[in-house]
Amino acid sequence: MADVLPREVLICTIARLLDGVRHVAVGASSPIPAAGAMLLRAVKEAGGAIGPRISILGSVEHNFFTNGSAELFDCAGQGRIDAFFLGGGQIDGFGNVNLVGAGDYPRSSVRWPGSFGSAYLYFVVPRVILFREEHTPRVFVEKVDFISAPGVSEDGVFRSGGPIALLTGKGLFRFDKTRPGFELESVHPGHDLAEIKEATGFRFAHDAEPRQTALPDRSTLELLRGRVFDELAETYPEFAAQMRRDLGTVDA
Amino acid sequence: MVLSEPRVLAKHIEPGMRVALPVDYAGVSMAMTRAIIEQGAGHLDLVCVPTGGLQVDQLIGAGLVRSVETSAVSLGEAGGAPRFNAAVKEGAVRLIDATCPAIHAGLMAAQKGSPFMPLRGLIGTDLLRHRDDWRVIDNPLVDGGDPIVLIPAIQPDVTIFHVPAADRFGNVWIGRRRELAAMAYASRTVLVTAERVVEKNLLADEASAAGVLPALYVTAVARAPKGAWPYGLWGEYPADSAEIARYAKAARTADGFSAYMAQAQMEPA
Repeated sequence: MADVLPREVLICTIARLLDGVRHVAVGASSPIPAAGAMLLRAVKEAGGAIGPRISILGSVEHNFFTNGSAELFDCAGQGRIDAFFLGGGQIDGFGNVNLVGAGDYPRSSVRWPGSFGSAYLYFVVPRVILFREEHTPRVFVEKVDFISAPGVSEDGVFRSGGPIALLTGKGLFRFDKTRPGFELESVHPGHDLAEIKEATGFRFAHDAEPRQTALPDRSTLELLRGRVFDELAETYPEFAAQMRRDLGTVDA
Repeated sequence: MVLSEPRVLAKHIEPGMRVALPVDYAGVSMAMTRAIIEQGAGHLDLVCVPTGGLQVDQLIGAGLVRSVETSAVSLGEAGGAPRFNAAVKEGAVRLIDATCPAIHAGLMAAQKGSPFMPLRGLIGTDLLRHRDDWRVIDNPLVDGGDPIVLIPAIQPDVTIFHVPAADRFGNVWIGRRRELAAMAYASRTVLVTAERVVEKNLLADEASAAGVLPALYVTAVARAPKGAWPYGLWGEYPADSAEIARYAKAARTADGFSAYMAQAQMEPA
């Protein structure tokens, strides 16, 4: 079997972070989080357990909603969505997310699409996973230019959800809301602590010698490359094809 | 109900009106975009339910937009919305940044005839800081504390969307895209384009009646085959992503935008 691809490490890490959720929602253009959720479902079902329900926004196949685009948010408000993913043009060391733009608002020098549902979902979804493959100082900044959604809230503000982890192309961080701040949990194969420090604009806690991100075992990898990539191809055909091309390269 | 055409529907749109438009995949009446631009009513205040794309970008590019209330504007996989982004940089449109459930909450308040709807979240965001129309109160039903945001009712002057079918009585099929109903309930005028107009009464069949927006809320209907193009329409046809990408590239400059809009290929092939 081929070596594990960097994106397979990300997918398997997401599946681990989602362990135990009943219902996970995934954005329309988020193939890696969707693959992580599908992998968890495949692993659970292979073990005879019930896998999580997966809602992919904008998909017809993976959409249980009949009440328009408001239903996802109502569902989250009722506590029926356990996990969600957020990216961000900027993410800072306090877990604040900026989806609006860089520079002074409203005349941002770089404008991103906007906050979408983040200013609500970050508050009410218990397990929000921050996911951004690009790990550079322009993304991971000391302080975001605009807070679309705050990492933590003052005492007394209703908050049943928030960030639990930050996954990047270089490593996995856990979020500690008591400090608040990130702690480097593990480093992906091929990267190291010095490189991550260099690429991160905020300070974070870490061990002197952080461990490597766990790699999937053989049976998990077989499920991923078989059933999960088949399922993924229905909603994200180009991504699934690209993953299979990349695997072909590694196999050769 | 008199069956109309997009050009006639556009006459309902007057300068300074507040216009609600649906998200990419819910049924965007692209057939109305050109009609609105030809009609030429400016100073429009757009409400994107809850996000905007091609139609919003084209109306901004045509110089008809005064403000945009939205949770996001983008062309999806084709990238950022070029005329929107340029207008932001120039300060040419007033930005009213929101979050998806706040737009839905505002429409729901209007649907109920209530002045506002409370919504969780938002506290501590810069969205709230820049919204002087959103208010924070302490939950009056508990003993002290528990701040919550009040979203004022959103009452558009006009709502515009596209559906697969309308009947000759003015009932329109919205299926599970219930946000189209919410927009219609909240709006004074509702303009609908449809792929086809059927003879039977859509409300007559119990199995489909719940997916129908009754004529009660519909001001006018026009037939517009492929009326969402280059967007797709649920249950009918997929998006033409090559055409959306072609627009995204062309509209990077104001001149490129004008050239794109001037050419005859505004209709599907």
